[in-house]
Amino acid sequence: MTTTASHPPEDLGPRPQTGGLGIANVSKVYDPEGRAVVALDDFSLDVEAGDFVAIVGPSGCGKSTLLNILAGFDTPTSGEVLLDGVPLAGPDLAPRPGPDRVVVFQQGALFPWMTVLGNVTYGLLKQGGVSRREAEARAITLLAESGKLDRIADAYPAQLSSGMQRRVEIIRALINDPRVLLLDEPFRAMDTVNKSTMHRHLLELYSRNRKTIVFITHDLEEALFLADRVIVMTTRPGTLKMDIAVNLPRPRKREMMASDAYLALREKAVFAVSEEAKRAFERGEREMA
Amino acid sequence: MPTDAAIPVRTTSLLPNRRTWLAALGFAGFILAWYAAVHWSPFAAFNRLPDPFEVVVEWTSSDPYYGISIFTADYYTHIFYSTYRALAAFGLAVLLGVPLGIFMGWKQGVRAYTGSLLSLLRPVPPLAWVPIAILVFPGVEPAVIFVTFLVAFFATTMNTLVGVRAIPQDYYRAAACLGASNRDVLFDVVIPGAMPSIFTGLQIAMGAAWFSLVAGEMIAAQYGLGFLIWESYSLIQYPTIVIGMATLGLVGYLSSAAVRLVGRRLMAWHEQRLGMAG
Repeated sequence: MTTTASHPPEDLGPRPQTGGLGIANVSKVYDPEGRAVVALDDFSLDVEAGDFVAIVGPSGCGKSTLLNILAGFDTPTSGEVLLDGVPLAGPDLAPRPGPDRVVVFQQGALFPWMTVLGNVTYGLLKQGGVSRREAEARAITLLAESGKLDRIADAYPAQLSSGMQRRVEIIRALINDPRVLLLDEPFRAMDTVNKSTMHRHLLELYSRNRKTIVFITHDLEEALFLADRVIVMTTRPGTLKMDIAVNLPRPRKREMMASDAYLALREKAVFAVSEEAKRAFERGEREMA
Repeated sequence: MPTDAAIPVRTTSLLPNRRTWLAALGFAGFILAWYAAVHWSPFAAFNRLPDPFEVVVEWTSSDPYYGISIFTADYYTHIFYSTYRALAAFGLAVLLGVPLGIFMGWKQGVRAYTGSLLSLLRPVPPLAWVPIAILVFPGVEPAVIFVTFLVAFFATTMNTLVGVRAIPQDYYRAAACLGASNRDVLFDVVIPGAMPSIFTGLQIAMGAAWFSLVAGEMIAAQYGLGFLIWESYSLIQYPTIVIGMATLGLVGYLSSAAVRLVGRRLMAWHEQRLGMAG
């Protein structure tokens, strides 16, 4: 599989064996009331296993549509998605979500009726093969490693701050050892301080437990700070506008955002993003689901 | 009386039992108004009614003038019959209404078959069913239970349906991502997600069961509080009417409180959410 991405620095864990994504000429046309709306138009992207890819674009650029197709919630109208060379989504394939591609949702989707431990062990127990005792032991270990979150194992989600809920939801995804982690604007509703705390936690988890990550966002700074590669999408019909390799050293630090290398990248990306954002704004359409 | 006068205004320096005190005041006001209506009202019709003290004396008398008090076995027979019918109807409504509501909410096909039918049947008042119920069922008992069941059933089904429909799609998607089967989704997402709304429905159903039960009993039964009230009216035993009404209030309140209690026990997470919100 070819890639234009950077070579991630050495302090990351080894590249995982699996998790390579091939998105080939994917289009999605919605047809509400006989008026065809092209959400995605001939979108292609190859993601190497273990890469952190951020997809940036204005509202309505089809990035959520893309994520739904990757996750198996939706079917492309044409084109194909391959996971490690095996077809995963296509116009003739039934959408099939599963634990190899776990999503962390924009609004948060921890089950409010389960405790943190219940949520985190849920995937392991449903996929079978582990006893409850073993699942709980693994959950407690992972929670403890992730900033001593084992102390909130018995709390219900509603008792936690939204940042804490997000961390638990990411852990709930990671414990299943997915090949791809799909993050759908998970920090959208947060203020700057919480957001940067969440970035630190996410990068920590990523470096300890490296997976292919597809991170959807409309926040360019966030994308550049987190990812190895930033994909800028055009406004609808969504297609690839710019593919930026982020060759910044890891671990990423806030101070890095003042470096010349970062500013040069940002300069390059800002123009592309704002151009599309302006086009989307002028058209004034609502974001598609 | 202006309604806003009855609403306690919360300030920081409340006496610990101000709520209780205000509730007592409410009761006192009601009793006074009742007494006044009976004794000082210019309308003759009111003067025929028993005043609160007559009712309490009759209710607690070991030798009640009209034959019904807390010391007579008949009193408890009436309570027993009504409670038995209400609970039987309520139980049936839960047994049939909750699963139906869940499948209507979860599966579009089931909703397509049953939705409009239920919407048309639901507005038919329970009393309108009484003649058919009596014709169809062998005897009065099942007929009264059936009529009582109907309203409770609609309330349970509709609230369960609404509860399932209100579950955010992301919960289903998250479950699918984590490897849940269809059956897992039913037990881990649909049922717990709809639970708060189901219990709202059950409380409404419990109240509705008592409503229609009493109506049914007035027309068709041999025992029960509704029968007692109607019979006392026919026999001009007015204090007993009020005893029957007050007893209904108490039993109805207790049964709703029981449903609420069970709901709280089952939904610790929901209480947490309400408690921690904001």
